[in-house]
Amino acid sequence: MELDSWLVSTFARALAYSTPLLLAALGEIYAERSGVVNLGVEGMMILGAILGFIGAQASGSAWVGILCALGVGSLAGLLHAFISVTLKANQFVSGLALTIFGLGLSGLLGRGWEGRPLASAMEPVTVPLLADIPLLGPALFTGQHILTYLALVVAALLWVVLYRTRLGLTLRSVGESPAAADAAGINVTLVRYGAVIFGGAMAGIAGAYLSIAYRPSWSEGMTAGMGWIALAIAIFAAWDPFRAIGAAFLFGAFFHLSFRLQGIFSPELLKMMPYVFTILALTLTSLSRWGRKFGAPEALGVPYRRGQR
Amino acid sequence: MNQANQTGQTKGRWRLEPRLTPNRWVVGLVSLGSVVAALVVTGVIFAAYGFNPLQAYRDILGAIFADWRGAAEVVRRAIPLLLAGVGILLALKARFWNIGAEGQILAGAVAASGVALFVPVPAPLMIPTLFIVGFLGGALWSFVPAILKVKLGVNEIITTLMMNYVALYMVQWLINGPWKGLTTRGFARSDPFPSVAELPTWGATRLHWPTLVLGLLFAIGVAFLLSRTKLGFEIRMMGESPEAARYAGVDFFRTTLLLMLIAGGAAGLAGVGEVAGIHHRLVGPDDISLGYGYTAIIVALLARGSALAAILTALFLGLVFASGDVMRVVLRLPAQMTDVISGLVLFFVICSEPLMRYTLRWVPKQESGQGANDGVNDRVGSSPPPPPTVSEPVSEGD
Repeated sequence: MELDSWLVSTFARALAYSTPLLLAALGEIYAERSGVVNLGVEGMMILGAILGFIGAQASGSAWVGILCALGVGSLAGLLHAFISVTLKANQFVSGLALTIFGLGLSGLLGRGWEGRPLASAMEPVTVPLLADIPLLGPALFTGQHILTYLALVVAALLWVVLYRTRLGLTLRSVGESPAAADAAGINVTLVRYGAVIFGGAMAGIAGAYLSIAYRPSWSEGMTAGMGWIALAIAIFAAWDPFRAIGAAFLFGAFFHLSFRLQGIFSPELLKMMPYVFTILALTLTSLSRWGRKFGAPEALGVPYRRGQR
Repeated sequence: MNQANQTGQTKGRWRLEPRLTPNRWVVGLVSLGSVVAALVVTGVIFAAYGFNPLQAYRDILGAIFADWRGAAEVVRRAIPLLLAGVGILLALKARFWNIGAEGQILAGAVAASGVALFVPVPAPLMIPTLFIVGFLGGALWSFVPAILKVKLGVNEIITTLMMNYVALYMVQWLINGPWKGLTTRGFARSDPFPSVAELPTWGATRLHWPTLVLGLLFAIGVAFLLSRTKLGFEIRMMGESPEAARYAGVDFFRTTLLLMLIAGGAAGLAGVGEVAGIHHRLVGPDDISLGYGYTAIIVALLARGSALAAILTALFLGLVFASGDVMRVVLRLPAQMTDVISGLVLFFVICSEPLMRYTLRWVPKQESGQGANDGVNDRVGSSPPPPPTVSEPVSEGD
């Protein structure tokens, strides 16, 4: 195969593979910006995948499936918010419980759907005109799903909201200093609920992308650790929605290349890279003055109790 | 526990107050309650699938305990849960969240497999060597997050989690690449271990008792360490009142590192047990561990800080694991039901925590002025931290 066409098709597939990572990571970024860690992304994604699949199969419409996934993701987010914000219980454990529970429940619900193709799969699109551009056309505008473009647009939008609007400022201040935000009249609980539920909805959609668009079928455990990578992306991108595009693409490329380069390079070592990179990124940011710029939100993982510093 | 004086008083009100030291019986009851709650919800799921919940539980237990082999299967599952769970519990005493037992189990399994496959150790020394090497493998895996935490303050939850996946892909790489067996007909697994590297089992079961003995000794050892030694006292102080520990000159760096090496090493032992006791070769990561490292977190939390109670909670979750096998046969439900149960237990365990930290107390009217002095009420946060007088031997309860 010609090198440039190899590169183009690799780019296109890596972009497709990175879409669920980006969607879930964007949700996680907003949740963590509000100060709540959600280790339940993996569980929310797999629930989104199975309920999205069932919804699409039952209704005959891919978009109804996506809505179902959005709904179940939001519900899971609501549960996580209740436990970690209202009960102020350990949010790391809550997320973990959500993941274990979600993996189990999806296996239960998916019984009998295994291996059956989805009749109402989401079709890939070819963008008119743009697809004819040499190189860029086949790399970006051919055979992708609408959700891929949607994810990119949402990433840009979320960046604008986070850094250029009052809502974004509110969100960031709740994550950095909930006490100050509270004193300024911001409803910390409401903001955190909103962010965590949004994160859950995004994770749900990410899962549905897998079962409705990317590989329109259900197979048990089909998220295969993507939720953890989304978590890693949030860190690696320094909680910045725009950088998350790059990080998701990079980590998605590792995974795609692990299939692509089989026989040439060990796929397992490529798949290991996102995790190694994230540990390295965490180490580097804590080592230097970058920490202040690229560090985690100050109040990340700490429940807010009024009157406590 | 102060509800006795409710009668007789007419004026006053009920009030939630924080407990400084949770009552041991309350702790036990709440833990039991969260398990029961999880089982009730699971029962609802059974009912949704058209089973009578009580009958379903009876069938499952009947199938598991039909013979000694089934009971041995429960204990066999409890072994890695106990080793990893007590390690997690120990690290948690010093507020170190080890989510990485899964990776540490795999690292221990890899280290032991390397020796069993490639190093000609004299037969009588083989099994002790495997355990030592496996311990070191697990300890090495926990060393990275531990050193990052104590030196640079990197969040250990994320790093231990990431290390799990590094270990997972390392195992996959080994069994697909350099260690792929010559006699495995293309399957991704290593060659079998020499027979001297196989752990003895109890009768015809898969209960590799040397690892069980190690697990029990470890649990008893940790209980002793925590309640009877200076190190244990320092560890508890680090967890309960870091400020006081710092004043008292506790070496956080050394202690955290030591704890994590012990916790990781114990998980590594669990990995040795799985490969040398059950599979007798290095197999895929999902076959080695089945998620024991994550379930061990439930073992630790459910034991509420008591290493001896972890023996019971490990057995319980071993039972849950074993029920997955029979559920497929008896109820024709997928084995993932065990994850549903585990997840529910975990939810209820953390949601019930406030129940132990507070007590409902009747406050008579005339006393309320003095009560307000405590500054407690629902704003726990504003109350001063418990005084660092930990001189009384608080053995259990966190």
